[in-house]
Amino acid sequence: MGKVTGFLEYERETPTRRAVEDRVNDWFEIYEDFALEKVKNQGARCMDCGVPFCHTGCPLNNIIPDWNDLAFRGRWRDAIRVLHSTNNFPEFTGRICPAPCEAACVLGINEPPVTIKVIERTVVDYAWDQGWIKPEPPAEQSGKRVAVVGSGPAGLAAAQQLARAGHGVTVFEKSDRIGGLLRYGIPDFKMEKRWIDRRLEQMHAEGVEFIVNAHITALHELQKEFDAVVLAMGAEQPRDLLVPGRELKGIHYAMDFLPQQNKRGAGDRVPESEAILAIGKNVVIIGGGDTGADCLGTSHRQKAASVYQFEIMPMPPVERSPLTPWPLWPLQLRSESSHEEGGQREWAAATTHFSGDDQGNVRKLHAVRVSGPPKFEAMPGSEFTLDAELVLLAMGFTGPVRAGLVESSGLMLDARGNIATENYQTSIPGVFAAGDARRGQSLVVWAIAEGRKAAEAADAWLRRAAIAAA
Amino acid sequence: MGFIVNLNGDRSHEIVRKGIEILINLTHRGACGCDPETGDGAGVLIQIPHEFFSRECAKLGFSLPEPGLYGVGMMFLPVEPKQRLICEGIVERIVQEEGMTVLGWRDTPVRGDAIGRQARATQPYIEQLFVRRGPDMTQDEFERRLYVVRRRAESEIEQSDLHEKDFFYVPSLSSRTIIYKGLLLAPQITDFYRDLSDPDTLSAMCMVHQRFSTNTFPTWQLAHPYRMICHNGEINTVRGNVNWMNARESVLRSDLFGDDLEKIFPVIRPGLSDTGSLDNAVEMLTLAGRELPHVMAMLIPEAWDADSTMPGEKKAFYEYHASLMEPWDGPAAVAFTDGKWLGATLDRNGLRPARYLVTKDGVLILASETGVLPVPPEDVAYKGRLQPGKMLLVDLENKRFVPDEEIKNRLASRQPYGEWLDKYQILLNDLPDPPRVYGTDSKTLITRQRAFGYTEEDLRLLMTPMAANGEEPVGSMGVDTPLACLSDRPQPLFNYFKQLFAQVTNPAIDPIREELVMSLTSYIGTERNILEETPQHCHTLKLPHPILTNKDLEKLRRVSWGDFLGTTLQAVFRADGGEAELERALEGLCRRASLAIRDGYRLLILSDRGVDRQYAPIPSLLALTAVHNHLVRERTRTQVALIIESGEPREVMHFCLLIGYGASAVNPYLAIETLEDLESRGRMGVSFETALKNYKKSVNKGLLKVFSKMGISTLQSYRGAQVFEAIGLNKSLVEKYFTGTASRIEGVGLEVLAREAFMRHQHAYRPLTESDTELHIGGDYQYRVNGEYHLLNPHTISKLQHAVREKRYETFQEYTDSIDRQNKELCTLRGLMQFKKAKPVPLEKVEPASEIVKRFATGAMSFGSISKEAHETLAIAMNRIGGRSNTGEGGEDEARYKRDANGDSRRSAIKQVASGRFGVTTNYLVHADDLQIKIAQGAKPGEGGQLPGHKVDEVIARVRHSTPGVPLISPPPHHDIYSIEDLAQLIYDLKNANSKARISVKLVAEVGVGTVAAGVAKAHADVVLISGHDGGTGASPLTSIRHAGIPWELGLAETQQVLVLNDLRSRIIVQTDGKLQTGRDVAIAALLGAEEFGFSTMPLVAMGCIMMRKCHLNTCPVGIATQDPALRKKFAGTPEQVINFFFFIAEQLRSYMAALGFRKLDDMVGRADMLEMRPAVEHWKARGLDFSELLYAPQIPSRVGRRCTMAQDHGLEASLDNCLIEQAKPAIERREPVEQSLPIRNVNRTVGAMLSGEIARRYGSEGLDPGTIHFKFTGSAGQSFGAFLARGVTLELEGDANDYTGKGLSGGKLIVYPPREATFKPEENILIGNVVLYGATSGEAYFNGRAGERFAVRNSGATAVVEGVGDHGCEYMTKGLAIILHDTGKNFAAGMTGGIAYVLDETGEFASVKCNKASVDLDPLDRKDVEELRYWIVRHAEHTGSRRANWILDNWDRLLPRFVKVFPHEYKRVLGVKRQAVASA
Repeated sequence: MGKVTGFLEYERETPTRRAVEDRVNDWFEIYEDFALEKVKNQGARCMDCGVPFCHTGCPLNNIIPDWNDLAFRGRWRDAIRVLHSTNNFPEFTGRICPAPCEAACVLGINEPPVTIKVIERTVVDYAWDQGWIKPEPPAEQSGKRVAVVGSGPAGLAAAQQLARAGHGVTVFEKSDRIGGLLRYGIPDFKMEKRWIDRRLEQMHAEGVEFIVNAHITALHELQKEFDAVVLAMGAEQPRDLLVPGRELKGIHYAMDFLPQQNKRGAGDRVPESEAILAIGKNVVIIGGGDTGADCLGTSHRQKAASVYQFEIMPMPPVERSPLTPWPLWPLQLRSESSHEEGGQREWAAATTHFSGDDQGNVRKLHAVRVSGPPKFEAMPGSEFTLDAELVLLAMGFTGPVRAGLVESSGLMLDARGNIATENYQTSIPGVFAAGDARRGQSLVVWAIAEGRKAAEAADAWLRRAAIAAA
Repeated sequence: MGFIVNLNGDRSHEIVRKGIEILINLTHRGACGCDPETGDGAGVLIQIPHEFFSRECAKLGFSLPEPGLYGVGMMFLPVEPKQRLICEGIVERIVQEEGMTVLGWRDTPVRGDAIGRQARATQPYIEQLFVRRGPDMTQDEFERRLYVVRRRAESEIEQSDLHEKDFFYVPSLSSRTIIYKGLLLAPQITDFYRDLSDPDTLSAMCMVHQRFSTNTFPTWQLAHPYRMICHNGEINTVRGNVNWMNARESVLRSDLFGDDLEKIFPVIRPGLSDTGSLDNAVEMLTLAGRELPHVMAMLIPEAWDADSTMPGEKKAFYEYHASLMEPWDGPAAVAFTDGKWLGATLDRNGLRPARYLVTKDGVLILASETGVLPVPPEDVAYKGRLQPGKMLLVDLENKRFVPDEEIKNRLASRQPYGEWLDKYQILLNDLPDPPRVYGTDSKTLITRQRAFGYTEEDLRLLMTPMAANGEEPVGSMGVDTPLACLSDRPQPLFNYFKQLFAQVTNPAIDPIREELVMSLTSYIGTERNILEETPQHCHTLKLPHPILTNKDLEKLRRVSWGDFLGTTLQAVFRADGGEAELERALEGLCRRASLAIRDGYRLLILSDRGVDRQYAPIPSLLALTAVHNHLVRERTRTQVALIIESGEPREVMHFCLLIGYGASAVNPYLAIETLEDLESRGRMGVSFETALKNYKKSVNKGLLKVFSKMGISTLQSYRGAQVFEAIGLNKSLVEKYFTGTASRIEGVGLEVLAREAFMRHQHAYRPLTESDTELHIGGDYQYRVNGEYHLLNPHTISKLQHAVREKRYETFQEYTDSIDRQNKELCTLRGLMQFKKAKPVPLEKVEPASEIVKRFATGAMSFGSISKEAHETLAIAMNRIGGRSNTGEGGEDEARYKRDANGDSRRSAIKQVASGRFGVTTNYLVHADDLQIKIAQGAKPGEGGQLPGHKVDEVIARVRHSTPGVPLISPPPHHDIYSIEDLAQLIYDLKNANSKARISVKLVAEVGVGTVAAGVAKAHADVVLISGHDGGTGASPLTSIRHAGIPWELGLAETQQVLVLNDLRSRIIVQTDGKLQTGRDVAIAALLGAEEFGFSTMPLVAMGCIMMRKCHLNTCPVGIATQDPALRKKFAGTPEQVINFFFFIAEQLRSYMAALGFRKLDDMVGRADMLEMRPAVEHWKARGLDFSELLYAPQIPSRVGRRCTMAQDHGLEASLDNCLIEQAKPAIERREPVEQSLPIRNVNRTVGAMLSGEIARRYGSEGLDPGTIHFKFTGSAGQSFGAFLARGVTLELEGDANDYTGKGLSGGKLIVYPPREATFKPEENILIGNVVLYGATSGEAYFNGRAGERFAVRNSGATAVVEGVGDHGCEYMTKGLAIILHDTGKNFAAGMTGGIAYVLDETGEFASVKCNKASVDLDPLDRKDVEELRYWIVRHAEHTGSRRANWILDNWDRLLPRFVKVFPHEYKRVLGVKRQAVASA
């Protein structure tokens, strides 16, 4: 299996990012092409472990060693077969997953880990290019109908799995386009949206019906028409920053800011009255996570005057913290492409209040340094103030939006405010939940994994119901 | 074993007396139990002492007719008088009914106080019965009738309701011979049986035997000799032989027996030992008309089919008889007699010793060793040894000695066997090509693969490498997946079975290096009456191996040749009819098989090609065994051959099981299609034809390997031998379909098997949510989330590592919770156990962890398999806590014997002595606390190993006494342990070399391991280690890792029970290992009977192992299992991590002890009564399990120990070395020269080892200056003469020596020559025994005479000169020099990778046939070689006065060109590279 001594022979190598001055002027993906031969060598670095920690590091349990080996051997067609056996949308995860698999890679104990993510992306891109990825309609129809609410990665994965199992699937999306966060949450420079469209075509050919601009607010309507429902409407309730001055204009949730840019990218016009733009402004992003970084990259491209990114936690170590030994997800300083492009990161910084001009526009942000968790006590004398004409709140989400469907249907929630389930089934029989709506905000890879598992549970439930009825 | 016979036929009391003397001089080969006065059994067989009986019977009031007109029965009878009378009455009636008359009975005078307490307790009442020959009977007929009488009496009394019927046994009933035997020690026999010391007790021959039982428990009846044979070995194939003999009974007809034949059935009485069974067969076949030598040649044939030197006529004889019946195979020197013939024959591989001597006045003495009877040297006419497969015979009636060649020639010319074969035997190639052959149906392939349970791993990890390389794939690190009966996934029925393997009782074979004894050929077809001899008997189909291609199968399906006619029976069942459907289908299948036989079909093909949406396949093994057992019960089994056409078999184990349960051949059609498909997808790298050829080759090689693990050489003997143990199959299933197979914990039945088949079928044929192109992921070999469950998974590995790095007990508990909880999620047997409620004691009252850790050892991992850094880290850790680390096989760097500056010691307390004997020097032995004899290893019991040349770097080569770059082979067996008596000898050797060390014997759990352990205890080992099947390995075939051996829970429980019940437990420490992971595991092990515990995998994980399972590739990324300097740098383990692990385990154990109320670990040893099976196991498979046998704790009186409380008596005070050490004091203390002369006898064993140990202790491996100590002996030396002889010691022997001379020679010098008065030619007479210089590391040896088999085996540095050797000379040699001045036996230089041999090849035969050239070249000598050769021959002449050496030197120019240089390829390559390096420098 693999190249036995590959890890001793080849260094880790990843695609280079386009030059900053080049990429901040467009919205295309930031990576240069990477030669297939190089990918093969990277595949050769995989050690085909007896206990592949990457495989459990990956929420989808991608069978990474197998397709690493196939990539090394140039057996791309077999590779995509294995990759697809656990992952419906490797082209998404291959671009935007933070790759917990690589953090768990055994080689990572004492060497740079295998470039699993690049290999994954290459396998799937190559397969699309070769025209190998085709619709896989089911051999037989079950005659059952399933509604999927939400068309993010969880919903799409569930829909594809259920359609392939022979069920009639309809996906409802409240927005104007299919894709959820993939479509409107991820900036184009991280993932171009044509990849989604290509998948949707395949799914459509497999029998999935998509309905956009359909905001489902009550379950019972759906239940009349469908034998089962999968709720995958995400965790869209944003966490707010309740400090004086919050009401000032120019303070927005990240999720009001980012989708607009994607719409522009898709050729839509955003009415000026609603437009949130960073151009020429001093921007402060509150929240040091991925969404914050996305706001950062978007702000650069919108030509902000300056950008600050706040993080309430102290700066993590540059190397893996001893508190998170291998194979755990490491606590360490992560620098995304957006950080490369500029901006200032402020660690252990907490906003105390905003102050504005007489028009009610935000003008300044007042902050203080804080001690570490869990108390985050303000450090006396550390107060500071920044100019800010645009403040973006990227502080995470607190679960699915309660108003509407959740409240009207009386779904039970768990302690954290997410939809409670048992083996993906909610408190209402025949209604399943997956993704952020069920587990809280998380990674795309988790969403796909959840969608698949919920689909499996729904499928089993439908079959049992069919047998019981027969 | 031995006999003495007067070739002139003169009967004398002298012969009887001398026979008994032989027996007494072989005492050390026997065993005694816990009662030192009770032996395992001894006996003698003599001619009927007519004079004595006439006299004695006259006293009793009846007179005896002439010799030959009466027979004598030696009868063991019930002790209770009434029952005895009834038995006597039954016998008398049967004698009358069979046309003879009873002359009278005689109480055999015995002295009860002459024997041990245990023996007395079971002693039967012993009488002699005198029977008058019937009128008009010949003596042969008389013998036959007496046999019928005995069989009838045995059956009748067996079926009676006499409660003492078990006493009834007839040692002998014959008009020619009589047997005196019992549960005796050799020296007790004349005291007990007074008849034997009466001067009127005359005989011309006396056959004797002293028993060391291993596989069965000693009883009066099981003592040897039996009626016709006794032997010193083991018949490994006995179960198959017995099964086939039973199956044949339906076709047995004999004019001689006529209607009596029915009376003697079953031919082989149930419940006998292997010898007893063989004896029954020999007896019946002989009495039915074949002469005894003919019978022996038929039952124990030579290795003939690969022998290119054997004449065609003789080959035809063997081939003809091979189509009659399978060989009884196993290592044994068998002595046999029927009163007309007396002889001995040796197994095909020559694994047991049999030395003989003929005196000038016509007395022949044969015994397991030489020197058992003193014979003045000048009276010796000839000294010889029995050679592999050869026979020695004395014609008692015609009073002559018949050599092997004459016997065999006579047998071969009895009939025109060759012509018969030409005419009647069918070859596959002779059959016409079939019109149509199945091809690959790629459309349905994946569906069918799924229906048969194929996984992605089967394709990727098993079949692809098999087909690409023709080799079985290799893996490492053992098994941590659930037993089949606990797995949630549907398992192939094959996975419920485990291979049995040979350990201690008989050796495994090396099927590669000793290929010449192996055979895959089989003869299939209707078996005929073996009591006749007709041309039609060889009307069989000869198959070169058992794997049939689709074309081969089609030929057979359509065959119509003579009475060969094939038909196909569908082995499928309805998939929609529920679980009862399987049983119905099996019944139908059996019914159809009966009908087919009635209709005249002779080849039944059991086929599952009919699998489809409606029909699921019957597990192929089940289909086979159902039909097989049904036909056995119907008594028609031998009329047909069963051929399997199945999609299921794909890996070696599958084929082993099918053949082992009686299939004649297997067509694995789906495996073949799979190969074609893989090839078409470009996954193979070779053409389909090559892939198929390779696949067959690797299956065949795998089969041979599995046979050889059991010590079986031929497919014919393996077929139906059922050498498997079932784990987790319920009794009713086993009784019906796997009759006779051990299955000890109950388990699943037919319904579960059906359900598993349905699960696979549904997976194959239902619509899927997953993509339709996938097979199941598998996950058996590598961890996969949706695959099979593994105890060692990302979670447990990382938790343990985090715990030991940061010394966090809470994290450790998370780890153990996960293992223990997972146990409850069913993976291991211990997982299903729970502790009973007890009155707890406070934790602080429990003995401290620091005491408990002293009972912990790390496992045998060699420096070579793991890195220096890892090896030394373990050693330092164990030394710090007072536990024991283990060198593993491969020696130890002497630098580690000194402490480090910080006080740490890198010395391993346990020094392993494995089959390769690498680095086993005297100095190594004296630096041990434990000397561990590795009989078997959990991951690959019965297999050898190979360290590839690229892993042998400078350091490893130095430590192993070899050359860098030269590959090193460890043989499958220890070549000095072919039986339990040999093990006792090795234990004695090691104890001599280092009396302070405990001797430990490592066994692997399998059914019967308890009995073996009892043997080990009786062989005086101090410790026995019972290893589980799941233990790790650096490299082993996947088949072995997964399918051989059983969990330690079973092996340990059995061992404890057997040792306690035989009161042997108090003398031996029991250790166990095999993936012990948590304190709970250790607690269970202690309760089941272990007082010490071994760990290997988990300490490695603690040091950073992440279960790559790539140890065999040298690419371990964490620097543990690698020798690559770059990777070794990555090693980040510390002793502290290991220490933390062991203390965590100990602490956890303490909490269990507290809860169970034990303050001391000693108190909990063997308290299996504190364990119970977890109730309410609702698992669909596990709920059938029953642990009552496993958890049985025998009720015993308090005087019987449940743990080790006393030391073994090693008998060292009797060693001759005490005297040598005394005399050598000036040398030992002051390096002053010492020279002494002493007599020596065969009972003086291991001479020189204790002395050498003393020297090594003081002077290390340097020893003393050569020649400092010189002892000269006169006489016959016992076994292991000069073993481990240290530098500075010379032993000179005038006389002869036995096996293992110069074993482990460590720099000393040995000189052996025949007595100066002897008149025979030394080079034609045997001087020293088998396995001489085994594992010698340095020193010199000069032998003025011939050596037996395996001279200089695994020599790694000694120089030896000898005048002729037997088979397998210089086998596995890695270094040193051997000079052979006369001819050699076959297979010289097999597996020789280093060193040089010079052989004088006068006839050219050596170069053409005797030498195995697989790994060596035969080169001419260059100038330097000639100088070297001459130098040593001159030395030889000087030391021994060899006439032959002088003759060679006198004719140097003429003879020099006849010398051949045996030069191993690898060695030559490495020397060449070195030379080049020197030259370029």
